[in-house]
Amino acid sequence: MKNLLILGAGTAGTMMLNKFNSSLNKSEWNITIVDQYETHYYQPGFLFIPFGIYSESDVVKPKKDFFPQGVNVIKAGIDKIEPKANKVKLQNGNELSYDYLIIATGSKIAPTETEGLKGELWYKNIFDFYTIEGALALSNFLKTWQGGKLVINITEMPIKCPVAPLEFAFLADSFFTEKNLRNKVEITYVTPLSGAFTKPKASLLLGNFLERKNIKLVSDFSIAKVDNENKKIISWDEREVDFDLLVTIPTNKGDDAIERSGMGDELNFIPTNKQTLIADGYENIFVIGDATNLPSSKAGSVAHFQADILFKNFVSVMKGEAPSEKFDGHANCFIETGFGKGILIDFNYETEPLPGKFPLPLVGPFSLLEETKMNHYGKMMFKWFYWNILLKGTELPMKSHMSMAGKKL
Amino acid sequence: MATKEYAGKMLELDADGNLKNLNDWNEDIAKAIASEEGIVSLTERHWAVINYMRKEFIEKKDAPSIRKLSKESGVDTKELYALFPNGPAKKAAKISGLPKPKGCV
Ligand SMILES: Cc1cc2nc3c(=O)[nH]c(=O)nc-3n(C[C@H](O)[C@H](O)[C@H](O)COP(=O)(O)OP(=O)(O)OC[C@H]3O[C@@H](n4cnc5c(N)ncnc54)[C@H](O)[C@@H]3O)c2cc1C
Repeated sequence: MKNLLILGAGTAGTMMLNKFNSSLNKSEWNITIVDQYETHYYQPGFLFIPFGIYSESDVVKPKKDFFPQGVNVIKAGIDKIEPKANKVKLQNGNELSYDYLIIATGSKIAPTETEGLKGELWYKNIFDFYTIEGALALSNFLKTWQGGKLVINITEMPIKCPVAPLEFAFLADSFFTEKNLRNKVEITYVTPLSGAFTKPKASLLLGNFLERKNIKLVSDFSIAKVDNENKKIISWDEREVDFDLLVTIPTNKGDDAIERSGMGDELNFIPTNKQTLIADGYENIFVIGDATNLPSSKAGSVAHFQADILFKNFVSVMKGEAPSEKFDGHANCFIETGFGKGILIDFNYETEPLPGKFPLPLVGPFSLLEETKMNHYGKMMFKWFYWNILLKGTELPMKSHMSMAGKKL
Repeated sequence: MATKEYAGKMLELDADGNLKNLNDWNEDIAKAIASEEGIVSLTERHWAVINYMRKEFIEKKDAPSIRKLSKESGVDTKELYALFPNGPAKKAAKISGLPKPKGCV
């Protein structure tokens, strides 16, 4: 019997578990998955909670609903991986050995990385929406807030779902407009990037959206600290932005277990081959989802495209062949723009988002880089798709690699 | 293709205006790029960063981020901003003759 061990039962780990379970021969393979928690969160839904569009029940389900029969599920914290010994130590003292390891421990926010961020005002006037706790606390706050300076701040890149902060800004504009409060709320978007987004064409388009929605953009701003007393954020080069309500996207880091294992970079992300998804320096360890250091977006859709590639490469490696499938960095993200509309972007390592139709060239139904109602429905359908298709690892009639068909250069 | 004269030599530039060839670089060229970026003289602390960046790039094929710089070059974030105002990672990469850090998406 050979042991396949999966660390982390979030989006990527659960997807891989289901894929392997339906294709590996059970008389030869023992499949085990480890996670510290029993609840699965639909993280993309966190965006909608502050505005009362979703409630907690929209975004939680028991993890066990997505575990197939006949696999070993261990609920425990991972202490560390000992990659040279092919072993994993758990926090309860147990030890697991593996023949092949898949790391899917994701990324999480680390507000203590910034001076004063987790200070007196934390969850009073300063909130995140990248955790269920933050999203719920912010939702509560917004129920009675009468307006003032709303500042949305990205601490540093990379962050998971890099479009989420922009979506938050657009939805806030729409939310306060509908509450007849928009003229009392000044919205400022403060980012360490030089524009609204990283990719030039999308950045220009999204920058125009900010302007049209009367959202002020402060760019090239790297936050050094929060002044809780005077309600200001201060950059390393000593620029200041005042706030009454600060919505922060704190530094995102890989799990501490990765640091304890000595396998991470300066943010605990695991150096991973950007094409094969094999951990640098280890032939029997694959990494998927937010845990990697790949220069692709940290998103569920990306993990989904990676899953197909990882699976094929795993089969090759198992047979002693060279891993031949190459991940191209494919990402596909719906961006909510408020007032029931959305934009869709599709891109990879090499090609920035371009206009066109998706997934069927010329037909759509989704429009790339264009604001439509249909794209908003796409975003809302994603929840159903996530719970019913994506987590179950079902093959889709959609290619993992990005396609240029139907796109305009 | 864009070219520019630095320290008496015509050099090729990439799309971001950084040097195209790692080997075209020398200390005089670094000084010339620095003064164009508004840094009048390069101190020992500047050189500590520049030398670290070139070493990292040659080993890893990517210019380090600010976080990595502050963790490993011996110069903390505050000082990095003082030495290379307005985006230390980008600016220090340019002066070091490296492409813009790939950063993230
Ligand atoms: C606000 C927000 C909006 C988003 N919007 C979108 C969107 O619109 N579209 C999209 O595609 N993606 C979106 N995402 C991103 C998406 O949710 C993530 O990219 C995806 O969940 C990553 O999956 P993962 O498996 O890598 O990590 P996760 O799903 O986070 O799973 C990691 C798992 O590992 C476990 N774990 C970690 N460390 C340990 C340990 N030491 N011991 C035991 N268990 C451990 C955790 O408990 C967790 O269950 C959004 C994210 C956020 C926060």
